[in-house]
Amino acid sequence: MTTTIFVPRDSSALSLGANKVAKLIKEEAVRRNVAVNLVRNGSRGMFWLEPMVEVATDAGRVAYGPVTINDVGSLFDNNFLAGSDHPLFLGLTDELPWLKKQERLTFARVGITDPVSIDDYIAHDGYQGLRNAIVMIGANIVQQVTESGLRGRGGAAFPTGIKWKTVLDCFPNDMSAQKYIVCNADEGDSGTYSDRMIMEGDPFVLIEGMTIAGIAVGATQGYIYLRSEYPDALQVLNEAISNAYTAGYLGDNILGSGKRFDLEVRRAAGAYVCGEETSLLESLEGKRGIVRFKPPLPAIEGLFGKPTVVNNVISFATVPIILDKGGEFYKNYGMGRSRGTLPIQLAGNIKHGGLVEKAFGITLRELLYDFGGGSASGKPIRAVQVGGPLGAYLPESQFDTPLDYEKFSEIWAVLGHGGIVAFDDTVDMARMARYAFEFCAVESCGKCTPCRIGSTRGVEVMDKIIAGTDHTKNIALVRDLSDTMLNGSLCALGGMTPYPVLSAINHFPEDFGIGTNSKAQAA
Amino acid sequence: MPDELARKDDGIAEAIARKIDGHIAAHVDLPGALLPLLHAIQDDIGYIPEACYKTISKSLNLSVAEVHGVVTFYHHFRTHAPGKHILQICRAESCQSMGSEALEKMAKSKLGVDYHQTTEDGSITLEPVYCLGNCACSPAVIMDEQVYGRVDALLLDAIIAEARESA
Repeated sequence: MTTTIFVPRDSSALSLGANKVAKLIKEEAVRRNVAVNLVRNGSRGMFWLEPMVEVATDAGRVAYGPVTINDVGSLFDNNFLAGSDHPLFLGLTDELPWLKKQERLTFARVGITDPVSIDDYIAHDGYQGLRNAIVMIGANIVQQVTESGLRGRGGAAFPTGIKWKTVLDCFPNDMSAQKYIVCNADEGDSGTYSDRMIMEGDPFVLIEGMTIAGIAVGATQGYIYLRSEYPDALQVLNEAISNAYTAGYLGDNILGSGKRFDLEVRRAAGAYVCGEETSLLESLEGKRGIVRFKPPLPAIEGLFGKPTVVNNVISFATVPIILDKGGEFYKNYGMGRSRGTLPIQLAGNIKHGGLVEKAFGITLRELLYDFGGGSASGKPIRAVQVGGPLGAYLPESQFDTPLDYEKFSEIWAVLGHGGIVAFDDTVDMARMARYAFEFCAVESCGKCTPCRIGSTRGVEVMDKIIAGTDHTKNIALVRDLSDTMLNGSLCALGGMTPYPVLSAINHFPEDFGIGTNSKAQAA
Repeated sequence: MPDELARKDDGIAEAIARKIDGHIAAHVDLPGALLPLLHAIQDDIGYIPEACYKTISKSLNLSVAEVHGVVTFYHHFRTHAPGKHILQICRAESCQSMGSEALEKMAKSKLGVDYHQTTEDGSITLEPVYCLGNCACSPAVIMDEQVYGRVDALLLDAIIAEARESA
């Protein structure tokens, strides 16, 4: 009898030695003369348990982790192929509370299937959405996406359906007009990795989502703009795209419908600003990633001047389930105007870091403590940054805020791409504010003055504040500078760098020397 | 002036020039060809020699300034040969929350270089990186294309030692 074993090929699992574990399991199986079928799956997203090895048993998949190369021998000795007990035994994977409490819609298959096997994808409800979409007219597909309430998961939260409709409505009488589908896979925000997990763990869901988008708006060419820091994702995506072509899910006759959609991965080159959609388009065109003025909107004049849908990986990857189960189904998750689920990424100083997909409405506290288990260091969590390097720092008093775009706006914070970075009480928030400016200075495209110059001046002023020079004056100056950047920058890079800076000053004034001496109090 | 002669003035080795010509031929018809072309060149020879800007610009109908502008805009592209291995240390917030600053200091002192520099023996080039998407396993570093998570002093030591041995 052949036993199926799963060892993730997710790059976080690889960063903890998953390849070595997989190799050793294979060798050990040969040595012991037992038949195993080793599948390299994506990660279930419980990274403190990675590399997490799963074994298919009659009762279901059981998990062991974190497995190092030193554990492989004893796993075989204890007959883990039968799902037997072992110090690393975790139980049935699906029954693990961390997973069971989640609502995995976009991530339904991640960690379960072989990411590059199209048969596995189809066996787990893959391509159901495309099958439905292929017989619909574009407007009806767009209608489903609009009804679902899906908003751009890259961070800006713009309604996806409206964006698609704008592209659909361009050149309504010219079916051959060139339009493009562009996937923003330049996931540069610190604390985020959900795009990476999808691309490495279930690339077909992204491919399917983009194909549906193409059919909906009448675009025949898609590009995935992938950050160069993700070499493993590049490999999986290319493998999956090639398999999709072979199986007739990409190319000039999708599912025998006569409809065409071609897809290609393009590598970015390490510029954070290229996550901004217009500079991404410039980069795809082979230019410097300089932000464009808007209007014209990319939906009307995008890539090479043609109507273009630009969506984040998670937005596209959520489309297949919407087309499979209907906009109404998806809309029933969530709260307020934030519909559906959000793949949340727990990161930084957190005991149980990983991917939590939940309907909007869960609070930060639930995420940080019920899922996250508190800080990794065991010290109190003092601050969390939500939404990447341009997101605000939140103090403990705001941990009861529910994850909802509007609720976060009310407290002058953003959800962004759903990354949550925890810091314990050793963090110096003045240094984090300085870093926010520094990062902006490193990554600014240079087109607008507030961002290009403001960021560098910000570092200088923060250095003075940290050194205690002209304290009151410099706190006022950094607020004034932030105001200029906030209101005068061309895109979110300069325009949102004040979020981490000002939130740090406002919520953690003691780190800036405010309130600790009478002179500073005036600030 | 024939291209052959221009090439000699560039001061670029014949073998490298031929490789670059091959990459240009393979990419010239691609829409938005410049980035894929630059990636292909750097993947192959490790950097993008400034001497090839002229050839690239001619074949893509760009100015030399445009090619130069693109190469220098992106952190990923380099115009000089790096060390045998490239070590990038993540400087982003998540890794900072788990002590990446200490790793940065340690790497710099161990290698005797600052960021964007190469060790004297030519074995390792040190670069900063802003997020590797390994934020649940911070702090993270990447040696060439292998990411490492939960890196401590001991592991960093081992990563550096291994790279030096294979340099």
